[in-house]
Amino acid sequence: MSALTIPIRKFDAVIVGAGGAGLRAAIQLSEAGLKTAVLSKVFPTRSHTVAAQGGVSASLGNSEEDHWHWHMYDTVKGSDWLGDQDAIEYMCRKAPEAVVELEHFGMPFDRTDEGKIYQRPFGGHMSNFGEKPVRRACAAADRTGHAMLHALYQRNVRANTQFFVEWMALDLIRNAQGQILGVIALEMETGQVVAFHAKATIIATGGAGRIYHSSTNAFINTGDGLGMAARAGIALEDMEFWQFHPTGVAGAGVLITEGVRGEGGILRNSDNERFMERYAPNAKDLASRDVVSRAMVTEINEGRGCGPHKDFVLLDITHLDPATIMKRLPGIRDISIQFAGIDPIKAPIPVVPTCHYMMGGIPTNYHGQVVNADGSVVAGFYAAGEAACASVHGANRLGTNSLLDLLVFGKASGDSVVDAVKKNGAAHQDLPADFAERTLSRLDRLNTQKGGASVDETRLAMQRTMQKHCGVFRFKDMLVEGVAKICEIEQAVHATEIGDKSQTWNTARVEALELDNLIEVAKSTMVSAEARRESRGAHVRDDAPDTPAHPNGRDDEAWLKHSLWHREGSTLSYKPVVLTPLSVETIALKTRAY
Amino acid sequence: MDAAEQLNRLRWRCTRRAMLEMDILLGGFLERRYASLTPEQADAFVVLADMEDLELWPLITGKRECDNPLQAQVVAMLRDVRIK
Repeated sequence: MSALTIPIRKFDAVIVGAGGAGLRAAIQLSEAGLKTAVLSKVFPTRSHTVAAQGGVSASLGNSEEDHWHWHMYDTVKGSDWLGDQDAIEYMCRKAPEAVVELEHFGMPFDRTDEGKIYQRPFGGHMSNFGEKPVRRACAAADRTGHAMLHALYQRNVRANTQFFVEWMALDLIRNAQGQILGVIALEMETGQVVAFHAKATIIATGGAGRIYHSSTNAFINTGDGLGMAARAGIALEDMEFWQFHPTGVAGAGVLITEGVRGEGGILRNSDNERFMERYAPNAKDLASRDVVSRAMVTEINEGRGCGPHKDFVLLDITHLDPATIMKRLPGIRDISIQFAGIDPIKAPIPVVPTCHYMMGGIPTNYHGQVVNADGSVVAGFYAAGEAACASVHGANRLGTNSLLDLLVFGKASGDSVVDAVKKNGAAHQDLPADFAERTLSRLDRLNTQKGGASVDETRLAMQRTMQKHCGVFRFKDMLVEGVAKICEIEQAVHATEIGDKSQTWNTARVEALELDNLIEVAKSTMVSAEARRESRGAHVRDDAPDTPAHPNGRDDEAWLKHSLWHREGSTLSYKPVVLTPLSVETIALKTRAY
Repeated sequence: MDAAEQLNRLRWRCTRRAMLEMDILLGGFLERRYASLTPEQADAFVVLADMEDLELWPLITGKRECDNPLQAQVVAMLRDVRIK
């Protein structure tokens, strides 16, 4: 196939990804009358947004006094001051409106007796600038993400958004002036490659947690938008920052909620020792996520892990009354039986710290416009949700801000597109003659590769390398070695071989193409992490410990800046953190302590 | 669509779910058990795989009853898929 024979479909806008961010953006476009295409690898309500159970935060003040400024403070503090304060103010101020809008779209929020949206407490949500806990999380039972997706999808159906389901976007189309003119995508059912020529392109492809061996992310989270952006010459921001959850089921990654330790669950090493007593004498097993995760990794690294490979620890609830387990933790019992093959009433659950959320991503401003390293806007290009880095999460994300992020910046990016399309008029920019060349040669390489590496084995090698060399607790030598290893694996990724060469439903081809995206995310993560010689938020290095000069290992003088990884040459540059909010005074640097 | 193509489509729909739990369960089942199902059981599995994750999980954990005995049979087999 040559670029001349690729069918071209014209839209005002194309959105890649139909999770919360993509669907929220699509509503703005379709309701403004723009001809909008939404591409998704799966049916929209099967997007990973479904897995978000905790809720969405907004200072509605329905249960007690609250203020967006307090929410902003919590978010900046959670980000370990790496979040941009203009974007954080924007998000927190817009939160109540975003939640009420969603309610009008039909979202079945839990309610108080008076009929207001019920709000519950959540870790890190405080009133009066960190003084005491406040109820700020709005939820729909434990199905918040699921209910949100359904409400947003229905609204899109009403607005006539055109969905392309089971399509995978492969590459961005970019012209010599740097403008983004749409995407090239693959229809899985036919194997046909089609160009979506658009005036605006929004990436909303979610996270990429599958770069790690142990991940709570569903298999779909392969960072497709990030791979596309990196290949198109867009730098990726703050990729060293990944949130880990301390207790994923070893070998599976399935999440065991914090509530298990809340009910009295104890972490034990291979000596059956309750090791958290040594690391956090007061809080013990209830210490914060990062403290518990680091303690677990230290136990494993020092040879006190369990199992034949000594690579996990145990979460023990066998001392609890079985009736309590059945009543308070029934879901956890189901999960343990199904995914660890053990009944936690009788035996402890094998657990490891598990990758959960990507704070970095495609750099945007708070309008959802993608920005270059120099701060200028990339014409025609937008991003929102976990794929984007606005940056509101900085070095660590506050719980429930992920759903808020996708609502607020999904809408903002949609509004920016509507404005730009209205301003720039009806005409599409011409496609460059070679617009599909790189994509077609990538597909051609896959079709003709002989003697190449297996996709499954190469992916596994990448995941194990990321887990071992760039996990929740990081070591200088391991990172240096990790960069070399990932570069080696990258070579294998560029020479993968697939047995199936058919056109229709060739899932082997799709998985090889997903791996092309994963490796960009993995490499940017490893390289950015190796270079950042401090500890901040979720990036914790052994050689940047807690000292009086640098509490928690954070070094603001040298490292209060965003990393930008450039694929070309795998180089890094840095840009300042925005410390000036839109309307209030800066939230001044402080040691992050809870 | 021939049988191989149908199986590939089913593989995609079993391993690109909303939730990791379902990727592991349905993907594992497809790999290890699907080939040994009777045609009726295979049809019942396709119906189950078409459900949304939050509908299917309560069936697997026994919180909700299956619609018919054939479906219940397949759900029981799904429950038996261990990751190890």
